[in-house]
Amino acid sequence: MIRNCTFSFFICVFLSCSSDNSNDQETYTPIEISLEVPKLFEDKLIAPVIPVNNRLTVEGVALGRKLFFDPILSGDNSVSCATCHDPKKAFTDNLQFSEGINGRIGTRNSMPLFNLAWNFDERFAWDGKEFSLEKQAFEPVTNSKEMNNDWKTVATRLINHSEYPELFKQAFGNIPVDSNLVVKAIAQFERTLISGNAKFDKFLRGETTLTTQEQNGLDVFMQETKGDCFHCHGNPNNPLWTDNQFHNNGLDETFSDLGLGAVTGDPNDNGKFRSPSLRNLAFTSPYMHDGRFTTLDEVIDHYSEGLKNSTTIDPLMKKIDQGGVNLTTQDKADLKVFLLTLSDSDFLNNPNFQKP
Amino acid sequence: MLKFLYSLTLLLCLVSCSSNEDTILQSKKITVNFVHKWDDVVVTKADFNSKSFETENEDKVSIELYRYVLSNIKLVDANNNETDVSDYLLIDLGEEKNLSFEIDKILINGTYSLNFTFGFSDEDNKDGEYADLNSANFNVPTSLGGGYHYMQFDGKYTNTTTTMPSGFNYHAIRAADITDPANPVYEDTSIPISLTNIEVTDGDIVINVTVDISQWFEDPNTWDLNTLNQMLMPNFDAQKLMSANGATVFSLDNDS
Repeated sequence: MIRNCTFSFFICVFLSCSSDNSNDQETYTPIEISLEVPKLFEDKLIAPVIPVNNRLTVEGVALGRKLFFDPILSGDNSVSCATCHDPKKAFTDNLQFSEGINGRIGTRNSMPLFNLAWNFDERFAWDGKEFSLEKQAFEPVTNSKEMNNDWKTVATRLINHSEYPELFKQAFGNIPVDSNLVVKAIAQFERTLISGNAKFDKFLRGETTLTTQEQNGLDVFMQETKGDCFHCHGNPNNPLWTDNQFHNNGLDETFSDLGLGAVTGDPNDNGKFRSPSLRNLAFTSPYMHDGRFTTLDEVIDHYSEGLKNSTTIDPLMKKIDQGGVNLTTQDKADLKVFLLTLSDSDFLNNPNFQKP
Repeated sequence: MLKFLYSLTLLLCLVSCSSNEDTILQSKKITVNFVHKWDDVVVTKADFNSKSFETENEDKVSIELYRYVLSNIKLVDANNNETDVSDYLLIDLGEEKNLSFEIDKILINGTYSLNFTFGFSDEDNKDGEYADLNSANFNVPTSLGGGYHYMQFDGKYTNTTTTMPSGFNYHAIRAADITDPANPVYEDTSIPISLTNIEVTDGDIVINVTVDISQWFEDPNTWDLNTLNQMLMPNFDAQKLMSANGATVFSLDNDS
């Protein structure tokens, strides 16, 4: 009895330890990698969102990067993701509304791209219409004002390309090239776009000091009776500098763009848009979902004395009947100087984020 | 060898066939449900923004954000033996997060109380310490002592003098008086809660905690939203009033 059991056991071990067959040996296994998470993020935030079905790999990120900068995705090969999301501008452009294929103009300001893996609710775009980075990457390719293409054409072009078939094979194995693989690769690259080395990050790490004016600006930012920016835009313990939630910040009394309301169908969401991160403001003008403000001064003036009331205005907007909290000229100047300490020029110049 | 295997099997059977006394020590599933109400009316996410509730002061209130921290959650038996349930929970009514909480624990049958702190006691209110709360943007500025909000309750109100809906931010934190920044005064205004007479018998346990939101505005201090509506975080006296009113917010549902 025992001898039989022992024999069976060895047979099982032998079978489970069998060598790879010849087919397996031909399959390239992509090299899995982890995000390079800044220490501050690691200490202060929960883990970034990496889907289990789209782990980061060296090959996937490299492919995503190539696709991101390649106009092959657009109908007439003229527009790439980078056209509206330029690394030298923190992955936005400096236009009020981005220009797509054939000079067509959109209706929203292009959002900068960084720290996307820390959008914990995974609701992307100004109105949160895209749930997950992968789904977000689907939309621009077929949008008539952006790339105006169809996925079948994209797949055909990629399959017939001299380099892409091998790159897809290395990243994803022998799966036919299609839209799913394209958006997976782009999302992998986008998740690597991490900005965490601004002056304020260095200050928090004890590597530099803030000027008196910058420190005063932080105080204006953090005081509920002054700027009260922190309730929506993070704080030194939340280095994302956004809550990634949706608010009506008093831009209009009536809405030509319903924002979140158009997505949910709930009139209580009309006029609500996602809080953008305050990182890299030095590079991302103009501001707001419709790019209406050209300068940071205009933005600060809006919150200080330009608020407009509406049924869905966020309760965090204060003294609306006076247009806002009416910051002093000095407080405004200090706040602006502080905000600029959140800009990270290393992010702009990171060689891993440039056109390959 | 076979004899030895037989003896071993018999021994295992004897050990696994335990007495009734051991059954009592089996792990039980404890479910704590937080049922939000305004007086006797259940409040859910669906009531946000649109539904109007009336306060003791006859202010009409709509809710847009309601989230709070409970910490140091324990079940305590008649002999003051404590069973940890959770270090802390961020409960978010609008996002329907942590409205129900489950944990497996070994409990002896008997009478228990569910004890917790609304917010964090000073000892636990450690600035920047909790990554999930940082990620949820629940922090308090260091100029106000740092740490975390106890509660963020935002909405709009109207009354006979404020006829257009106006925002309020009923944000509870540790009371801080910073009129003299060089000598700030802090006071722990977290609220210890003890919900008693929970009978634990054989089987799983369901504890329904009623969270009566209306109590924030009425007991013992009738809240006037015309005077206390926004910028309450640095208002030391307002924080003390909130703390007093919070004592009656939580109760045990009779069906528990």
